[in-house]
Amino acid sequence: MSALLLTLLAQAGNDIVQPDAALAEAGVVAEKLLMPTIDWTAIAPSTILVTGAMVLLVLASLFRHSKWISGTYIWITLGTVATAAFSAWRQWIRIRPGSFTAIADAVKVDGFAIFITVTICCALALAALVVDGYLKREQLEGPEVFVLMMLSASGGMIMASANDLIVLFLGLEILSIALYVLAGSHLRRAESQEAALKYFVLGGFSSALFLYGIALTYGATGSTNLGKIATYLSENVVLHNGLLTAGLALLLVGMAFKVAAVPFHLWTPDVYQGSPSPVAGFMAAAAKAAGFAALLRVLLTALGTLESDWHPIVWVLSIITMVIGSILTIVQTDVKRTLAYSSISHAGFIMIGVQAASTKGVSAALFYLLTYTFVVLGTFAVVTIVGRRGDAAHSLSSYEGLGRKAPVLALALTLFLLGQAGIPMTSGFVAKFGVLSAAVDVKSYAIAIVAMLASVVSGFAYLRIIVKMYFSGDGEDAPAGAYAVPMGTKIAIGVAAAFTLFAGVAPQALLTFAEKAILR
Amino acid sequence: MNVPASVFNSAVFNSASSSAHIAEAGAHSAASVPFPLLTMLILVPMIGAAVVAVVPKTRHEIVTTLGLGVSGATLALAVWLMTNFDKAEAGYQFASKHQWISQFGVSWNLGVDGISLWLIVLTGILFPIAIFGPDERHERKSYVAWLLLLEAGVMGVFLSLDLFMFFVFFEIVLVPMYFLIGGWGHGNKTYSALKFFLYTMFGSALMLVASITLVALAKPKLGMYTFDITQLAEAGLGQTTARWLFLAFALAFAIKVPIFPLHTWLPDAHTDSPTAGSVILAGVMLKMGTYGLIRFGLFLFPEASSWFGPVMLTLGVIGIIYGALTAVVQKDLKRLVAYSSIAHLGFIVVGIYAITQQALSGSVLQMINHGVSTPALFLLVGWIYERRHTREIAELRGLQKMAPVFAGVFTIVMLSSIGVPGLNGFVGEFLILIGTFLTHRWWAVVAASGVILAALYLLWAYQRTFHGEPDAGDSMEDLNLREKLAIAPLLLLIVFMGVYPKPFLDRIDPSVKALIAHIEGKTSVREPEVAKMRGGIVEGAGAGEGAVAGEGAAVKTEKPAKSEAGKATK
Repeated sequence: MSALLLTLLAQAGNDIVQPDAALAEAGVVAEKLLMPTIDWTAIAPSTILVTGAMVLLVLASLFRHSKWISGTYIWITLGTVATAAFSAWRQWIRIRPGSFTAIADAVKVDGFAIFITVTICCALALAALVVDGYLKREQLEGPEVFVLMMLSASGGMIMASANDLIVLFLGLEILSIALYVLAGSHLRRAESQEAALKYFVLGGFSSALFLYGIALTYGATGSTNLGKIATYLSENVVLHNGLLTAGLALLLVGMAFKVAAVPFHLWTPDVYQGSPSPVAGFMAAAAKAAGFAALLRVLLTALGTLESDWHPIVWVLSIITMVIGSILTIVQTDVKRTLAYSSISHAGFIMIGVQAASTKGVSAALFYLLTYTFVVLGTFAVVTIVGRRGDAAHSLSSYEGLGRKAPVLALALTLFLLGQAGIPMTSGFVAKFGVLSAAVDVKSYAIAIVAMLASVVSGFAYLRIIVKMYFSGDGEDAPAGAYAVPMGTKIAIGVAAAFTLFAGVAPQALLTFAEKAILR
Repeated sequence: MNVPASVFNSAVFNSASSSAHIAEAGAHSAASVPFPLLTMLILVPMIGAAVVAVVPKTRHEIVTTLGLGVSGATLALAVWLMTNFDKAEAGYQFASKHQWISQFGVSWNLGVDGISLWLIVLTGILFPIAIFGPDERHERKSYVAWLLLLEAGVMGVFLSLDLFMFFVFFEIVLVPMYFLIGGWGHGNKTYSALKFFLYTMFGSALMLVASITLVALAKPKLGMYTFDITQLAEAGLGQTTARWLFLAFALAFAIKVPIFPLHTWLPDAHTDSPTAGSVILAGVMLKMGTYGLIRFGLFLFPEASSWFGPVMLTLGVIGIIYGALTAVVQKDLKRLVAYSSIAHLGFIVVGIYAITQQALSGSVLQMINHGVSTPALFLLVGWIYERRHTREIAELRGLQKMAPVFAGVFTIVMLSSIGVPGLNGFVGEFLILIGTFLTHRWWAVVAASGVILAALYLLWAYQRTFHGEPDAGDSMEDLNLREKLAIAPLLLLIVFMGVYPKPFLDRIDPSVKALIAHIEGKTSVREPEVAKMRGGIVEGAGAGEGAVAGEGAAVKTEKPAKSEAGKATK
């Protein structure tokens, strides 16, 4: 499906986007529809995910009376993710060390896109493992959540490899619309519906702004193709660049909304709190990865020459996101809201890498996104379990005495929280270290200092949860089976914990991967 | 032993990039160890912690034995390190350097010199005592596991020659300590644990930025990113930059030490911590701060260190007086000891920033002294609490009558903490005061009054708790065998180090000398000529105390200055 959409879009792109080509073949355009050749490998990961989603939908409706079918959802999803990841690996082998564009220049496959694709695959696999147990517990038997997650992930991958603002928008919408529905996928919880609606209204608004930004940028530069915009801007000096600046600002707003940067973060706490817990984790990981992919690609490739314009904006956004995000983290009494604000402050950290506007900054941001994916999904996996049936026990007091009632779960959550706080020997520390050194390299000392102070502030919030788990509560034992952990969730937590430790102690290979994953 | 060792180690060493300095250290290490001793010092307790953590609930009783075994093995390694340590060598010994995260220029870089050697041995001694000494029965398994993890972290801090690694260990120790205070503490333990964690994290936050900045600024000169401190010392920073960076480092260490006015976390953490936590906190964790000031502050930023010297000296002196005066008025025995720590560490800080050989050697030695006597005090106070469930001085009276051995042990430890000649505390304080007097006379004069104040608060507290007639109905069990065994090594050290400090100073001195020479090479700071006569003064001090020390020191020098030193002692 996405391939079809892409084809249609590329056609449109050929007409609209390439005025030069159109001029050269004046008159021809009107008669003949230009069909670009489609390089399937370029869009393989997202195509595979969409195909998997379709297959799952069809099977589920064909066998909807059979009991066994609900057991296969997770396997189909995991199989699809594995295939998508495999195709990403094939792409990596093909491009090494360069990149290629395909489908009339609308899609670009470079290390950067592949890295984000892999990150999203990881997020999808972990989230699917948790969702499996979650759906059974909440008696929400249906393939929709898996299907929507796969579609949403494919949107994120399209965003990561988009070389055209229109394709970027398409990816953004595929990602977002699926997420809106996912937020409301707990049919019996009013909060879930509320979250979906809130996310939809605000998200729709930000998409509109983003689209408007595309229009203005097109007006100022004559193209929506990122490469062409860059060429145009490097060859011409735009004297009255009000249009371009407004376009840039609106694009920034749209993407800052997706990554939940202050002051465009207001949806985050409500949506995270209301959404089903595993979905919130998926949102935090995948939407952030996709949003940052878009942000980095647009700012650094298309608008690289405008760095003096956007750098101060991103700098300020980064600082207020970190500061406000971490300060608000400490006053929350709901763990999911705490995690929402912490994800906001993490967005600020990743933005440090963006504002550095260097290769080092990009690879630091990528590494951060990958490690954050595991940490945040691990956290939400534990939160899902502690939430119990009904997905409602998320107040801080629900964590009282968890250290005694479920020691392994508590230990895992402690590890994830320490990882988020950036304590050494966890992936969070290496990630933080990476963005800080990228900032220091370009002499942004102030932002590095603010970042570390903010991390102390949010450290308090994480410690508060740990305090609840270990140092408070009356020592009573939980009712038997209260924390039944399904196998899938166990695997997800185990993998996330192992990754958090591994990337904290021996991150060399991952760092090399992130270093090679450059934007081209 | 030498032949295979050199083959193995030189191979390791070739793989590491290095300056001439390191190559020297490497060549040395090649001759001495056949296996990665320093790495094992970190790994053994770390693996031990993991093993303890997976012991099944049904086999709870083997946990203590296991913990003792692991920390005992670590101690054995530390002792082996000590016996193989070459006391003539000033540079890093047993060095091992391997690539770690090459993208950041981080290497697994360990080494030991005279400044860190005794801290490592001390760490090895204190952990078995902390596991074995206090009668802690609740949740034994995680308790031992956290302690072992803490030991690995502490070892890492003292062994790291790489800023990144140092930071990793410096911060990782917070986690086990946080759990120890929060989980096994008393009173307002959650608050104290949080305060301890956040305070230290705040300090190290700026230190991390400073380390990264230092590495980034050093890159043009060194041609690569490296966190190796011996290379970073040659970074050739501008004066202002170096001073700013020093401030960031000094802040982190000042919080850890703690230096007045950043000390407020310490009394809370100590008071609410379990005995083992206090033992480790006072014994080795506070030394991370002073050790950092020497290893990183003085070494990486010599000019800035001497420029900020008067400020640090003043803060150190304030700490001595303030800690002592506050200790006088404490009602809680444990809080009293905590404040006395602030005073003692004030001495160490003063010794560091006097920038003379005596004072610096004295500081290093005093770190060990304090690390022996204060943990002993905390153990004793902890035992009082175990027996009486109170530490209020007002509620204790006449303990001496009921527990004479306890009182005797307490007296020795207390006298050592006061700094009575013949016990360990005296030697360090004396060296510090002498060394400081040479360069910063008035600071030394004021600091010396701290010795008197120490006598005041400790003797007064002793008088109130141990003397007099016990109240009717009170009881106080004397030391039992386990407790005697736990405290015996510390008592032994207190007396041995007081009477015969030579073996300790012999190993500290060359490294201190090299460090002072490094500072003199980088700055216009010069030690006064008289300071170079240090041997004479030490010998005098020894002679003032006892014949054994006198003989020991006499070997070292031909210039005895007994008469002056004798006067100074009085």
